[in-house]
Amino acid sequence: MPISKEGFNWRKTILTAIMFAISILFLLPFIWMLVTSFKVESDVFVYPIEWIPRQWNAIRNYSDVWVGDYPFWKYYLNSIKVGMTTTIISSLVSALAAYGFSKIQFKGSNYLFLIVLATYMVPSQAILIPQFILYRQIGLFDSLFGLILLGSFSVLGTFMLRQFFMGIHQEFIESAKIDGANHFRIFWSIGLPLVKPAIATYAILRFIWTWNDYQGPLIFLRSDHLFTIPLAMQKFTSLSGEFYSLIMAAAVSAILPLLIVFIIGQKSVIEGIALGGVKG
Amino acid sequence: METSTGAIGNSVPGKSRKLRSLHSGETLAGWLFVSPMLLGVTVLVLIPIIATLVLSFADWNFVQGWNGIDWVGFGNFEKLLHDTPFLRSVRNNFLFLLAVPIYMIVSMALAVILDRHVYMKGYFKVAYFMPYISSIVAVAVVWQVLFQPSYGPINQVLRAVGIDNPPMWIADPNYALISIMMIVIWTSIGFNMIIYIAGLQSIPKDLYEAADIDGANGWVKFKRITFPLLSPTSFFLLVTGVISTFKVFDIIAVMTQGGPIGSTSLMVWYLYDTAFVNLKVGYASSIAVVLFVFVLLITFGQWAAQKRWVNY
Repeated sequence: MPISKEGFNWRKTILTAIMFAISILFLLPFIWMLVTSFKVESDVFVYPIEWIPRQWNAIRNYSDVWVGDYPFWKYYLNSIKVGMTTTIISSLVSALAAYGFSKIQFKGSNYLFLIVLATYMVPSQAILIPQFILYRQIGLFDSLFGLILLGSFSVLGTFMLRQFFMGIHQEFIESAKIDGANHFRIFWSIGLPLVKPAIATYAILRFIWTWNDYQGPLIFLRSDHLFTIPLAMQKFTSLSGEFYSLIMAAAVSAILPLLIVFIIGQKSVIEGIALGGVKG
Repeated sequence: METSTGAIGNSVPGKSRKLRSLHSGETLAGWLFVSPMLLGVTVLVLIPIIATLVLSFADWNFVQGWNGIDWVGFGNFEKLLHDTPFLRSVRNNFLFLLAVPIYMIVSMALAVILDRHVYMKGYFKVAYFMPYISSIVAVAVVWQVLFQPSYGPINQVLRAVGIDNPPMWIADPNYALISIMMIVIWTSIGFNMIIYIAGLQSIPKDLYEAADIDGANGWVKFKRITFPLLSPTSFFLLVTGVISTFKVFDIIAVMTQGGPIGSTSLMVWYLYDTAFVNLKVGYASSIAVVLFVFVLLITFGQWAAQKRWVNY
């Protein structure tokens, strides 16, 4: 906030106020969701909207969601398992490929990279059917491992990390090679540490995307006990029918981990997206 | 792996052999590094693309087993040309494209203001970015309630300000697609804005200083400097934005299931419905091929057109 008298900038202050108003409008659905999740059901649609609940029912609502008839903690565990494993495997696979495509000169590497990059254009829904048939055939259908594999080969991750690897001077690599190090050593002890921030950015994004993935579990999971949060969220909604305070408590629970991850990694996420985007 | 066998006749055989083996060592290492990615992409993407193409020529219901495959040539595609729900999905998809320029313009305006003319930049970035990172299913459920026609908060507010018959939003075939587009615009602005801000920061400041000396006003500076120099960013956002509209699925699946009466059915929704609800695998594959061709054509079209308006 501007306080210094001589530096007071009216234009900037007014624009900040306008932008603040717009941002509140932007956040209003979230605010409504949060407030509603604290209310008793009969107050949900009271008009004018009560932005501060008259009767608080937060503990009841959240315990109904977390340990009630359709306990969210189970699906949380699934989501954490899938999210973490996918993130780790995908980061490693992407980093390896990114290093291979940027720091090792070998025949055909450019063509291979183009082919990999071109697959980014393919809408994932266009290849669902063969993937589904394949998964049925090899027994990966209805398993968390199958779901993890599906998210582990990221073109975007490879592309993003490759941009960063290209920023490492080739002399680093060459001099390490002269000292007798092979590529795996170089990758592990020089490459990875240098692109650590980029990998962190990618890992955060991958975790968010995996956590939010709805289509994958919808197609490739059948058993309720394997559901991740998005499917559980949908099922919970249909089971809860008209209990909107509970549904909103579930929605808050589904978004909260993302918010925490995002706020912790905010700077690197925003910078990473900006970098990947502009350079693309 | 090919080893150094062909060094005969070279004047410096020792060196050549060493170089060659060094080279093949590089090739081996290169392949090893990219092989996990390559394997995954081949099995999970490239082979399925080919399989989709092959299946698009078949009339096959999944429950019939492998023996139930009936090859029908271009029959599926001919059927698609007369399939009203499919044609409506294609039309809806093209209507949906309108969302892209809208959120790009809003994002650009917000980015220009945020970049230089406000305090608390960090807060704004996070606030506008929130919808993008949020679970789309949770967001869709929230909007479903907000849009509820009779007692939902949006219509209550509209009635309070004097609109007696507010639209039924996702329950009304005339408004459902627009409602979904509004939500997609809302979730996309943050991402686009962040990328525009990065684009703005790469514009050299002395251009603006030079314009100031010439007495250019804000609008002229925007028109002559900011907008043209942002064009590579705009191009990137346009291409990825257009591709992403062809992938919109989650929000439709959760909120409307393509309804009411097909008004929000997009191609990917129709594909899903045909394949996984009606189990017509061959027919759905032909939809997938059409979808893929659309994305390909539009992307190439944009690349071809970029020379006209993108300044690098």
